[in-house]
Amino acid sequence: MTMNNENELSQRFEIVGGDFSKAGKTSTSIKEILQEIGIDSSIVVRAAIASYEAEMNVVMYAQRGVLTLNITPMKLHLKLDDEGPGIEDIDTAMQEGFSTATEEMREMGFGAGMGLPNIKKNADKFEISSTPGQGTSLRITICLDKKGRK
Amino acid sequence: MKLRKIIEKLQLKVLTGQENLEAEVTGGYTSDLLSDVIANSKNGNLWITLQTHQNIIAVAKLKDLSGIIIVNKREPDGDTLQKAKEENVLLLGSEEKAFDVSGKLYGLIGSKD
Repeated sequence: MTMNNENELSQRFEIVGGDFSKAGKTSTSIKEILQEIGIDSSIVVRAAIASYEAEMNVVMYAQRGVLTLNITPMKLHLKLDDEGPGIEDIDTAMQEGFSTATEEMREMGFGAGMGLPNIKKNADKFEISSTPGQGTSLRITICLDKKGRK
Repeated sequence: MKLRKIIEKLQLKVLTGQENLEAEVTGGYTSDLLSDVIANSKNGNLWITLQTHQNIIAVAKLKDLSGIIIVNKREPDGDTLQKAKEENVLLLGSEEKAFDVSGKLYGLIGSKD
């Protein structure tokens, strides 16, 4: 974890695609960091949900990804960049219930088509961009107002 | 109602995490879709599911659930047990179906939502 002199905190996490044994580790670490620094529990839950879904998308679909947590006094940013198949049609991918998960993943309870919509619901600002054949990037912002910190 | 009491009433088998049975259960959530549980379960809920693989542990941990009830006599995978121990997550087993476990839990504590 790095903290610069402007009271910003930033941490980078590497996520390996296809490795279900470590899935959830990044989002659990993010949740623990936010709890440690005293972020309000309602914000912690939103950031945990968004980072879990972002992490699982890398585990399920991409080769690898980097998730960066950045916290300023007013905002919490989650930045994800992955190397993977990318998304052909983002509007369709954003629809609740749409999923390209395999039968095997669905049997495990993944692929409900709730991942990206869940991220959007829990973000104050959400941006997604993708280049098919190269990868997908997510930018998630959650505002920390006066209630953001205990 | 405390976990200990619910375990006794529902005749659940404690598979891991017997050290934290004094925690208060806030309600239940029945689902086999991980994203649904992540999105909609509440802190302190007991999660009723037929999923047995290791990824259920991160979900319980992330949402601060009070435990997971695996239904229908299903056995958790070895790595699920291992992960539950490492992460200190309470895993419970039931011989009954999700419908029956959910109904009995509802009968005991109702719905807090």
